[in-house]
This record gives sequence, C-alpha cells and structure tokens, in this order.
Amino acid sequence: MEISGWGRFPRADCTVRRPRDEAAVRALVLSGRAIARGNGRAYGDSALNPHLTVDMTAFDRMIAFDAAAGLLTVEAGVLLGDIVAAFLPRGWFPAVTPGTKFVTVGGMIAADVHGKNHHAHGSFGAFVEWIDLMVADGRVLRCSRAENPDLFAFTLGGMGLTGVVLRAAFRLTPVESGWIRQRTIAAGSLDEAVDTFERSAGWTYSVAWIDCLAKGPALGRSLVMLGEHARRDELDDGRRAAPYTVPEKRKRRVPFDAPALALNRFSVRAFNALYYAKGRRGAGESLVDWDGYFYPLDAVLGWNRIYGRRGFAQFQCVLPLDSAKAGLRLLLEAISAAGQGSFLAVLKRMGPQQSRFSFPMEGYTLALDFPVGAASLSLLDRLDAITLAHGGRFYLAKDSRMRAATLEASDPRTAAFRRMRRETAAADRFASLQSERLGL
Amino acid sequence: MPMQKKSLLVVGGSSDIARATALAFARNGWNVTLVGRDLDVLTASAADLELRAPGSTVAAARLDILDTAAFAPFLDALPVLPDVVLSAVGLLGDQTQAERDPAHAERILRSNFEGPGLFLGLVAERFEARGAGTIVGISSVAGERGRASNYVYGAAKAGFTAFLSGLRNRLAGRGVQVLTVKPGFVRTRMTEGMKLPGALTAEPQELGEAIFRAVARGRDVIYVRPVWRLVMAIIRAIPEPIFKKTKL
Repeated sequence: MEISGWGRFPRADCTVRRPRDEAAVRALVLSGRAIARGNGRAYGDSALNPHLTVDMTAFDRMIAFDAAAGLLTVEAGVLLGDIVAAFLPRGWFPAVTPGTKFVTVGGMIAADVHGKNHHAHGSFGAFVEWIDLMVADGRVLRCSRAENPDLFAFTLGGMGLTGVVLRAAFRLTPVESGWIRQRTIAAGSLDEAVDTFERSAGWTYSVAWIDCLAKGPALGRSLVMLGEHARRDELDDGRRAAPYTVPEKRKRRVPFDAPALALNRFSVRAFNALYYAKGRRGAGESLVDWDGYFYPLDAVLGWNRIYGRRGFAQFQCVLPLDSAKAGLRLLLEAISAAGQGSFLAVLKRMGPQQSRFSFPMEGYTLALDFPVGAASLSLLDRLDAITLAHGGRFYLAKDSRMRAATLEASDPRTAAFRRMRRETAAADRFASLQSERLGL
Repeated sequence: MPMQKKSLLVVGGSSDIARATALAFARNGWNVTLVGRDLDVLTASAADLELRAPGSTVAAARLDILDTAAFAPFLDALPVLPDVVLSAVGLLGDQTQAERDPAHAERILRSNFEGPGLFLGLVAERFEARGAGTIVGISSVAGERGRASNYVYGAAKAGFTAFLSGLRNRLAGRGVQVLTVKPGFVRTRMTEGMKLPGALTAEPQELGEAIFRAVARGRDVIYVRPVWRLVMAIIRAIPEPIFKKTKL
C-alpha cells in the first residue's frame, strides 16, 4: 500500500505488516531488510521501506508502573497521548514530549525526541532506563546504560536502524496540575529573541514562534513563550478543586487537501503579521492547559493536508552556540528573500547533550516547513549549505530530501554509526528509504 | 460500607473491540474480567487496562467458546455473577475456503453463532433468576442480508442476531436488558488490510464508548455510526431479483 510520513512527501508503495507478537516480528525481521514504523509522525521517509515496513502499533499495551520511581514500562506502540490520559490524573507527565501526542514510544526512542525543555532536561533518551531491542539475528536484547550500553546509545536517535524496539521503561515527572503558567515575550528582532532565551534559562520550557518572512530590522521577530508546570497554589479555587482536569478541546479536522495556492507568501505574511501583533498585545502571563500548550496542532486533525496534495518538507537544524546568531540571520535572510513562507517556524534553545547519534547539541534549533515544489527544494539546499558552514547538523526525523554528502559533512558521528551497523549486522536487516538515501 | 463496584465479563476478550469496551467500562469505575483461549494475551491486556484505568480490577480467565460443555461450570465458578456480560467473539474466516471445506464453515458458524449464543443463553438464565443483568452481543450488519462475499459469516451473525432478539423478547419485563450491537466497519484485526470507507468506519474506542452509553440507557439495538441504519435499510429494501445480480 502507498504510505508516507507525516509530511506526505515522499510517498512509497510499501509492503506493510502489522505483527501481533514477538514471534511474528522475528519472522519479519529474519525475512529480509525492513524498517519498524510507529504512528507515522516522522515527516519524511524514516519509516518507509518498500520491501517491508513493520507497523508496530499493535504493540500497544502498558506493562507496569512503579510509582515510587515514576518508572513506566510499555510496549513500543503505546501512544504518548494514552500515557498522558492514564497518568496525568495521577500526577505524572512525560518528562520530555515532542510537539504532538500522536507518537509512539518506539518512535520517540528512534528519533530521541526533544521538547521545549531540552535546555533544562535533555532529550527523551535521558529518561529511558532500558530498551528491549530485537536485533538482526532475531534475539531480544535488554539495552541500558549498564547492559549492552553501545547498542543502547546508538538506538537513541538511531532511527530504527539498530533493531526493532519492542518494549521500554522510562521515567515520568511529577506535576501538581494539568496547567502551564505561560509567559509570552514579544521580541522585535533576532538578537532580541536570542537574548530573551539566554536570559530565560531558568524556565523549564521555552520556545519561540518566529516570523520568517519579516525583513530588515524586524528580521527574526518572535514571540518567545516560556512555561512552568503550574503549582496548586498558583491555581484559582475552581481549577484547584480538580487540578488535572482541563476543558475538553473541540477537535477540528482538515477535510480535504488545500489547493496548492492556498498557502502563498501573501497569506502567510498576512497571518504572521496578525499573529505577531496579537501575541505582542497579549504578552504577559497566562494559564494554558497542557494540551493547548504542548500540542496546539493536535487539535486540528490532519493539519498536514493544508499544504495540498504534494505534501511538505520539514527542515530542522541546530547551530552551535557561538555561530548561532550569524547562522540564523543567514537562514532567515535566505527564506525571506525566497519569499517561501513557512507557516510554522519555531526557534528553540538546546542544552548540551552527549550522544552517539542523536540530533540535539548545545545551541539553537530552527524548524520550518515548506510545501514541496522546485523553489522550496532549492531553498532547502541553500539552508543545508548555510547550516554546514556554521557547524550545524540536521534532525533526521524531519528530513525527506537531504543528500548523503550533506549528512556526512555535518556529522562526524556518521562513520561510527555506519560501522556499528556493519559490525552488528544491523545493516543487513534494518533499512529505510532514508537510510538508503543517506548511505547509512 | 463502600458500594460494590459493578462488573463486566467479556468473552472474546482478546479482540480489539473487547479491549476497547473493557476500557470504556473500567474508566467508568467498573471491574472487568476478560475471557478467552489465550491466557497470556488476556493477562497482558488485563495489566494494561488496570494501568489505563486505575482503581478498577481487571482479571483474566480461560474459556474456549467452542467448548459448550464448559460453559455452565465456568459460570458457576465465578465469584460473583457479573452485572453485564458481553460477547465480542467473532471469526470472519475465509468465505472461499468455507464454500469447499465444511470444517472451516462449521468453525465460522460455531464461533459466531453457536458458541456465543449458547453461552449468553446460560447467562440469561442466571440473570433471569436474579432479576437483573445486561447481555450484550456484538453481531454484524453482515447478518441482515446474505451476500456472496461473506454469507457463511453473515448467516452465523443472522442466527446470532435472531437469538439475541429472542432472548430480549423472552426477558422483557424481567429486569434483564439484551443489547444487540451491529458495528458496521470497525478498524480491528478482523478488517486489517481491507480498504474501508472512512465515513462508515468506526474506531474500536468509539465502539466501546457507544456500548457503554447504550448499556447505561437500556437500548435494544445499536448501529455504532447512525448512517449504517440507513445503509442497511436500503440494502434490505432492494428486491431480490435485483439484489442477486449486485456485487456488494
């Protein structure tokens, strides 16, 4: 069947199997080269393999919870949203969450996802205690910092290319409510935005929406949004009575593919100007519920259709701290000059991270998306070059079109990852369109 | 004294519909027992449900729905007679194979009709004696008119639907509710790999919640998505000389 990642580009005709138990996964793994797939939220071709794509969503059982340690054990296909639904009422929240709750735990491990608290807490992998991984010969290995530590480290951020994640245990974080105390700060320029992040390092959560079509002195104007889990004593009486209950969101659905011209530089420019003005007026503190704060786009089911049938390409890079300002300026100038409005443009400060193949490193990460077309694809090549020239690297969970040489040049860890794949025979069993394109 | 929790027993407990319905009840504070052949799978599902719905007790028990002789001892051995008993047993089977292989056809007929029907019949007897209880049978729209593509399964479901309707008629006024559920398309293991029309297809979770509401409201027959009532009314109304030439 024809499937794609969340960006709907590229699409590929793949043989998809949905095993129900370990023996069925083993039979599939031993049958040839395959890639595991979760809920299909990687944007590009990370979880596509025409020969065999192993849909792991039937592995959807929660196994155990140790309330003393906050340690949750689940099968790989359990959805993050189900974890929130089950554990927030008991005072627990994922220690790290990406921008959608429709991801599986296996996918979160494969991409080693980060959230708005990376500068403070690191990526999801920092909270993973162990992983049960089915490796190339069909054995299941318990991987942790003590057992099979190399395999553990390469599996975090390894894009499913070390084996199939079957189960994992990871820590949740205690919270006093389902509310976030949010402070919004309008930053009139890129420098102001970066300075705001640097001043706000004490906040648990921080993220900026950035107007990537603004030019001249307003280049990089942003709304920086800071957040903390609200304590009970910060809630009014009504909310304190049921601190984990938030109003149910009305779900909206994008019912059909938008025409290709619906999102053009004029509509995006107009939207951005309005959004920035509204944010600036509304700057200050407010209480936002967890769903609206962490997962605003989840309320619009099928939002990936607003880019039309051809789909869209995401771009996310991270630039090291010392070259971040200069690099971000060039990236934004290139986007603004091309007039390729990105509807979603997000800037985020990342903290230090030691890892074998995960994306994050200390610096600034910029995430953008563009409708697929000749102009945007050539713009993305320019953005790659600017990132490379500033010592940055790329998030594979977002990538759908990067060249192998670009990855190689951006990340000296690539060779070690490839060597590990050869030595463990993972290269013979696990492959995706992405791993083939990037020569992994 | 704390009020005794209400309890649900599900046969066909490893199906996707069973799990989703069990979760809907457990989230509303019910205790649940999942019943089926594979105790390992049921035990894992029970642990999962207890984590998703804290405060509810979810147990697993073994019973083969084709082993009719085991039904009465099984029911008599239950610590308490449940408030609601649901059958989510279903075997679509392979229609082409069933046309040539009577053993396969027999398995489809027994799994969808004889087993669940007789089991719920024995439950009904106990509910009637107690003067209270709800029986829920997952039947199918496939039972409303035989079609070339799945008439062995359809005939079994037709039998099951008639059986449930008879039970309802018999037990009306005796404190026992009988609910027939005709889900239409549901995204489950049974329909995996089929091309399903989005507007007519329900998620298991949607079905589970609909069953919980229908039990609470004392309903008799539900189609999960209301549009199915219309679709089936049209399918039933097509005259046979025309219907026999269609490929539905």
